[in-house]
Amino acid sequence: MAVESGDEDDLSINEQAISASEDEEGSDDERKHKKLLEAISSMGGRKRKKQSERSEASVQVSEFFVNAEGTGEKVNISDLLGTVEKTSGAANKTKKQLRNLQNSKGTLALPLNKQQTEKIQRGIAYEKTTKEVSCWQNIIVQNQKAEQIVFPLNQESLGPKQVEQVVAGWKAQTPLEQEIFRLLHSNSHPVNDPVLTPVEEASLKAMSLEEAKIRRAELQKTRALQSYYEAKAKREKNIKSKKYHKIQKKGKRKEFLKQFEEMVKTNPEGALEELKKMELSRMEERMSLKHQNSGKWAKSKAIMAKYDDSARKAMQEQLQMNKDLTQKIVVPSDDEHESNEEGLETVPDFVNDPEPIIDPVNPWMRVQLTHEEPEVSCVTTDEPQTAEQENEEEELIGEFERKRKLRQADEEDLIPTEEQSKRAGLKKILAQKNEKTLEGTNQTPQGLNTPEREDEEGLLNEGQIRVRNIEDLEILDEDVDPQPIVATSEPPNKKKSEIDLKKVLTKDAKVVKVPFLPTVVEEEDHGEQISIIKEAFAGDDVISDFIKDKRKQEAAGKPKVVDLTLPGWGEWGGVGLKPSRWKRKRFRIKMASSPPRQDRKLPDTIISENRNTSIASHQVSQLPFPFQNTAQFESCIRTPIGQTWNTQGVVKKMTKPKVITKLGAIIAPMVKEDFINKTTTSAGKGPQKKKKSVYQRPNLICHHPNITTIGQRIN
Amino acid sequence: MDSLICYLPNKVNIYEFDWLFLTQPPKRYWEETENTDQRRPEEEQGTAVQNQNKSTVKERSLKRKNGESLEKKDPFSGEAPIPHKQLQKFQRGEKYKVPAGARQRLKEAIISSEAMSELAQKQAARYDLLLPEDAGFLEGDEDEDTNTISQDDIADAADITSGSKVYVIAFSLYLLKKLQIQKNVFVCNRHLLVGGKKGHVACIDWQSKDLMCEMNVMETVNDVKWLHTEAMFAVAQKRWLYIYDSKGLELHCVKKFNDVLRMQFLPYHFLLATASATGFLQYLDVSVGKEIAAICTKMGRLDVMSQNPHNAVIHLGHPNGTISLWSPNQKEPLVKILCHRGAVRSLTVDKTGTYMVTSGLDRKLKVYDIRAFKPLHSCFLPAGASCLSLSQRGLLSAATGDIVQVYQNVLGSSPVSKPYMAHRLQGQIWGLAYCPFEDVLGIGHGEGFTSMIVPGAGEPNFDALDTNPFRSSKQRQEWEVKALLEKVQPELIGLDPGQLSKVDQASFEQRHKEHVEALGFDPLAKDKFKPKTKKKGRSSAGAIEKRKRKVAHEDQRDKIRQTVQERTERDKEQKEKSNEKKNLGNKSTLDRFRK
Repeated sequence: MAVESGDEDDLSINEQAISASEDEEGSDDERKHKKLLEAISSMGGRKRKKQSERSEASVQVSEFFVNAEGTGEKVNISDLLGTVEKTSGAANKTKKQLRNLQNSKGTLALPLNKQQTEKIQRGIAYEKTTKEVSCWQNIIVQNQKAEQIVFPLNQESLGPKQVEQVVAGWKAQTPLEQEIFRLLHSNSHPVNDPVLTPVEEASLKAMSLEEAKIRRAELQKTRALQSYYEAKAKREKNIKSKKYHKIQKKGKRKEFLKQFEEMVKTNPEGALEELKKMELSRMEERMSLKHQNSGKWAKSKAIMAKYDDSARKAMQEQLQMNKDLTQKIVVPSDDEHESNEEGLETVPDFVNDPEPIIDPVNPWMRVQLTHEEPEVSCVTTDEPQTAEQENEEEELIGEFERKRKLRQADEEDLIPTEEQSKRAGLKKILAQKNEKTLEGTNQTPQGLNTPEREDEEGLLNEGQIRVRNIEDLEILDEDVDPQPIVATSEPPNKKKSEIDLKKVLTKDAKVVKVPFLPTVVEEEDHGEQISIIKEAFAGDDVISDFIKDKRKQEAAGKPKVVDLTLPGWGEWGGVGLKPSRWKRKRFRIKMASSPPRQDRKLPDTIISENRNTSIASHQVSQLPFPFQNTAQFESCIRTPIGQTWNTQGVVKKMTKPKVITKLGAIIAPMVKEDFINKTTTSAGKGPQKKKKSVYQRPNLICHHPNITTIGQRIN
Repeated sequence: MDSLICYLPNKVNIYEFDWLFLTQPPKRYWEETENTDQRRPEEEQGTAVQNQNKSTVKERSLKRKNGESLEKKDPFSGEAPIPHKQLQKFQRGEKYKVPAGARQRLKEAIISSEAMSELAQKQAARYDLLLPEDAGFLEGDEDEDTNTISQDDIADAADITSGSKVYVIAFSLYLLKKLQIQKNVFVCNRHLLVGGKKGHVACIDWQSKDLMCEMNVMETVNDVKWLHTEAMFAVAQKRWLYIYDSKGLELHCVKKFNDVLRMQFLPYHFLLATASATGFLQYLDVSVGKEIAAICTKMGRLDVMSQNPHNAVIHLGHPNGTISLWSPNQKEPLVKILCHRGAVRSLTVDKTGTYMVTSGLDRKLKVYDIRAFKPLHSCFLPAGASCLSLSQRGLLSAATGDIVQVYQNVLGSSPVSKPYMAHRLQGQIWGLAYCPFEDVLGIGHGEGFTSMIVPGAGEPNFDALDTNPFRSSKQRQEWEVKALLEKVQPELIGLDPGQLSKVDQASFEQRHKEHVEALGFDPLAKDKFKPKTKKKGRSSAGAIEKRKRKVAHEDQRDKIRQTVQERTERDKEQKEKSNEKKNLGNKSTLDRFRK
């Protein structure tokens, strides 16, 4: 019995679990009701035994309830099998299944322990919640950035509404109205300004079903094709074989060349564009060191090249690649065909040399220039020559280039061969030639240069003369100034300042001519007169006083040396004894020098260096968040926002409150549906909106024609 | 349309807009206009924008079929362009570019603020005065100096109907009987305040010639000054400072201010600054009646005073030839300039706060640039100027004995050689004042008061929101309230009026230092460049070093690049010049025979 009741309990627990899991379903209500009834009856004290339903066959059927023998024991598959085989009614399929089960020997793994399962569940729960919460992120950022938010959020837009929206429910009722409406609608005139005219709507609707179907099929096809291509590309991309790619590239290039040749015949414009592209690739090649045998791989190959033929070949291939790529592509024209071809055979390979930089000022460039000068000159000077000479020289240069590359390729192991010696001879010849040409060509630029230099010198001289002139002028000024300078104790350090104060003040002033001279003598008090006369003759005292004052101010502004020497510490002290020099040196602390005075270059001005503290309380002293330096912040607040400086509209715009709340309206917390709906609707209405904007513009202008025209009239 | 109203006092504008509104009502697009193409060109200009929309449904369908536009292009599409000069007038500071490595938020902040300031500038330029008036001028015949033209001739030549600008006020006759000696004159638009040395004070509406009040204070009057409106004025009498209303009723006797010699009223701060014989510079807040500051200048008697209208700094002239600049917030002069070898007799500062003109006992007239505190030029006046005054448009009037000289183009780098106008009066001149927005100079002299026409003195275009010379009493009341609300606090007075919009550098640095110490690192420091780790051996030490070197000294490099570019440009120009020279110089005399 106990076992049974335990079973029952299990069952009921299971049920509870189920009911808990499926709380929402209405079918549970009945069960709950039953349970409740049971609970009530059990409270009555007399336990009524519930008759368990008979669900399986058993040997003994009790009077009160049905139970199977051997409950609590595990049922083995073999038990089942035995019975199944005996029973003829069982389906073959189930038999098979059971047999399979018996044969399979894999035991199920132990379930994870509680802690681990909980941990996993927590992880999953966390992920879920973060996902849920993070969908708010966008709207939060949006609201933070928004210039203005109006609460409550979902308000109906103010302003004029379209007539259709307002009178959506209204219908023409009176016969007169009906008649008018019929008239209006009959000739498909728009009654009010709709988004689309009826004609347009009709045309929009005109697309038939078949057409739409065909279109859809087409789309499907293209999509499928695209996906195939994508899959193929992905597969090919994953192939790591270098050889494969090499072959692929070669094939592509060949094809491209073929196409290009065709294109030249058929589509010269396209060919030109291709040419440009090639030119670009050539430029890139010239810029990079990719195929110059200077990479890691190339160096390693260079070592190998001595012994390994394939390595040598690879290197040569690379060089060939460089040559191919850097070859100048010339559009073959009829006249210059041959000569060009000749030129192409021996490409002037100075392309890899640094470009002649004609920028003498740039210090970054200058260093390089000095290095490469000889080469550059030899390259640049051979321009004005006859075609034959050019060809010869180019050949020679080509030779040089080849040699250089070879030298690069196998650096150490070069043994001078016959060829080399030949080349050396050629080199000599070339050098001689170059000299000759240089003489010819350089003469003119030198000739041009010399007068320029002279000119420059002349300019410089002029400058010097000018300087001298100024000095002269000053001397003259001093001569002209007849005012006797009273001997004053001018401090020696004052002489350093560029402008002498006295000169500034006693400078000759222009005399103004007046048509008539004043006749009235100024009448002033006698005492005043005397003081004025005194002041008038104070003359130079005024200046010296001012200089003194300025010096005093400067001295006051200078940081003072702090003397921390204590006499008698570490040595003898007393009357007449001075602390030693090293001590004075050690314990005198020099303060950091103050920034230079504002008036250091103005001899007749004293500018107070005191900081204005009164305004500091009104100033900003901490940088607000996004700004990183004061200049940024100051530039952001440089525009005044007051009405004195701005128009009304701008003031309103500038002082727009960040948050607006409607009086009396409840501001409910944001609901997820709000913004989700918004985003989906906006996405859905995208194209429609566009149309709206296109067609609404005329309406707007029709309503306020003056707005647009005023702008024109103003100017 | 937002702030058109504020500049509407200009009559011409009103006509313009009237005309606009009188045009026929706009047509809806379905209202058929059959011959849109055959319209007259004048009409097309005005309705060009509408024109686009008047195409009918039929036309639209046609257009779709043909694939070509039947509509004509708008000849004036987009917004009306704003002239560059006008835009520049309203430019506030340099534009700030977003720095290269700026974070998103910073970028947004800078971009939005730049956009806003650009909009403000544009709108302000768009709604600037339309069709401004030109200033007057005086032009003599050939070989005739303008300074020989007499006032009578000018008065005769001027058109009577052209109104108040051409206006001779014969106050001298009127006032002669009553006021013996005029000491000071101050003109507030149409209200004239005169004070005699013997104690006569009178205020007159000089346009209608109504006498508002006249009295004798029975004491020496040192200075008179209107306060913010014509309803009140301050009189510096022998002992105290008094404030009267326009009816001559004594409102206050301010005993804290004694022995005042000179006064200046700072209109935007509602401050009355006084300079006394005892060497005190005092500030009285007129709106609350409080003394803001009392500074002992230790410079002796202060009887030369002027204000800089740009930054409300007070300029004082001293007997030792120096001029000192003062603000109520500092006990020592902001700046001290040695201008003259003798005492300073008079000084004045121009409207923009750029130039200062001084005259001293050494009979010199000097023009200073007070932004740089540098003298621009000086000239020698025969008798020296006892009074100086600058008009709104920069005409300088100087009183030398009994002659008033008016100079043109003084505020520049070139010195003047002769006066623009000259006028002889009876008796010594004591005071000079220009009437704002009028071509009139008021002169107080020994025999009374005389007005003088100086063509081109007054600003022809006024901003009615700031000062409206034609305002009614109601408008004045409203203006007063507004001005009081917008009163600038005295703490903000300083040499640089834009100081408020700057970060307080000293305290910022201090605070930043503390912050850095607390944090242990500098949050504002630029992040050090950290090269990414790359694979396949590309992140070797050498490679990393190379990558670092690529970005090192970026700011310095920019500077170097700029300087180099500038230098190369300069060199190029020089080369071109020298080439030109050379080309000219290489020509030999025999070249002309060459063919």
